[in-house]
Amino acid sequence: MSSTSLTIRALHDKLISSEITSRQLTESFLQEIGATNDALNIYLTICRDEALAMADAADRRIEKGDADILTGIPLALKDIFLSEGVRTTCGSQILENFIAPYDSTAVARLKERGAVLLGKLNMDEFAMGSSNENSAFGAARNPWDTSCVTGGSSGGSAAAVAARMAMATLGTDTGGSIRQPASHCGVVGLKPTYGRVSRYGVIAYASSLDQVGPMTRSVEDCAIMLGAIAGYDPLDSTSIDTLVPDYCAGLIGDIKGVRIGLPKEYFVDGLDPEVKRVIDATIATYTDLGAQMVEVSLPHTDYAVACYYLIATAEASSNLARYDGVRFGKRVDKGDGLIEMYRQSRAAGFGAEVKRRIMLGTYALSSGYYDAYYLKAQKVRTLIRQDFLAAFEKVDVILTPVAPTPAFPLGEKTNDPLQMYLSDIFTIPANLAGTCAMSLPAGFSDAGLPIGQQLIGKPFAEASLLKIGHAFEQVTDWHSRQAPNCGGTI
Amino acid sequence: MKITRHEVERVAVLARLALTDKELDAMTGQMNQLLDYVDTLNRLDTDGIVPTAHAVPVENAFRDDVVRPSIGSERALMNAPAAADNYFRVPKIIE
Repeated sequence: MSSTSLTIRALHDKLISSEITSRQLTESFLQEIGATNDALNIYLTICRDEALAMADAADRRIEKGDADILTGIPLALKDIFLSEGVRTTCGSQILENFIAPYDSTAVARLKERGAVLLGKLNMDEFAMGSSNENSAFGAARNPWDTSCVTGGSSGGSAAAVAARMAMATLGTDTGGSIRQPASHCGVVGLKPTYGRVSRYGVIAYASSLDQVGPMTRSVEDCAIMLGAIAGYDPLDSTSIDTLVPDYCAGLIGDIKGVRIGLPKEYFVDGLDPEVKRVIDATIATYTDLGAQMVEVSLPHTDYAVACYYLIATAEASSNLARYDGVRFGKRVDKGDGLIEMYRQSRAAGFGAEVKRRIMLGTYALSSGYYDAYYLKAQKVRTLIRQDFLAAFEKVDVILTPVAPTPAFPLGEKTNDPLQMYLSDIFTIPANLAGTCAMSLPAGFSDAGLPIGQQLIGKPFAEASLLKIGHAFEQVTDWHSRQAPNCGGTI
Repeated sequence: MKITRHEVERVAVLARLALTDKELDAMTGQMNQLLDYVDTLNRLDTDGIVPTAHAVPVENAFRDDVVRPSIGSERALMNAPAAADNYFRVPKIIE
């Protein structure tokens, strides 16, 4: 079991052929998590007993010949997914002791397939952040360099895959929270089209932007995971009732004639030279594979971050109103009445970044400012969405960098909110447009930090992203390299 | 200055956040920086542009109004900071 590039399918074959049991596999992962987690701070909750029970159930299912491809496979969840009976903190003090009373739909679907859930993963508080440093439980560390951030907000989900502390994980992406940490940790991360995956039971940040997606070692694993969680859910009225294709069927390696768009606004002066070098090499690889490069324009790119921070904070200020110390979460009651109880509970429970976003969002929605800020941003969102629809008239996918730089040192941007926000400049537009986008490993910096490429697809064209990304993986080995601070051996 | 410290205090009241003096000072500076930044949107003429609330067009999702099983009061109350007689317990509201 020394190979570090084992895929879900390869592991599934070993389980089916009784070369290994899910219990052995799960024990091996739990042992590695126990040995490595203190250094990397990736897991917030380790579900040892629950995972072993799931593994035993999976082994019985495999023995009966009733196994799904995910049966017995050890996975883990960003701590934003409700998983019944398990603590779910969302990276916040205010939910430090919150026990999920029911399963999110994504988790229920993984359980139905017999997956083993190892635990809950570190994240920026309420998914607000780009470095994991906003976690109330301390930042996760990057397995490629422990002095660097993992990215965020799904930093634990990315790092767990990179450190081989889970076979695959789930994250959420509101402005890049799956793709940016995937890039920084050298793993695959897919943000599906808005409405592709149910958000039921996923703690809300910005409801018109949030989307659930997989983080994996390979594009094929990503296709398997997406197939498991995608599809209409009557419990999420924004999930879309369209057919879920067989995402693995298109992974044939042939992308001749595919038209790849290069948006000129993303290749401006000031792009980190190492990121540019990696993306240039990626373009050359796709050209060798027979794809056709086409310059496109997304003229409103420069406005995306400002647009996002108005819409996301406005929606967050509304969503986070529920944390009032009444039905769940921390309560601070000094005997000064109900309103003071609300104010003190929220003051004690929320961290600085969450307070900042609630404040900005409350202001943007407040009487007299709504038209100038929130409504204005929604109109700009229309322009950004139109940019993409126009570009997709000419090309099948769009190729861009994921982040302006490789993973940055811990502490570098914590005192400058705007600089932190700008690290999402290449990922935010896909959320505003509501379309799908994937980050996959494309190379390394001179210092040995991973650098990702982003493929942005048409709405509900996840299969195209997976097909193209898979073809790239067949001729490169970036995705199978092993991080130096790697816990697992599987 | 886009927003004064006094206005920041007013927003904190709306947001039900008790902020310390130090937090109010820092928040005033940071909110001004962010509001200056988002002001770049005003360079765009958006007259006549229809606002996007959801990127994927979704119609109102109706369902039949039938009673279905729910999680029940025991599980609904399991995370309550204070509960009594199957209810959430809150500080006294009416004097």
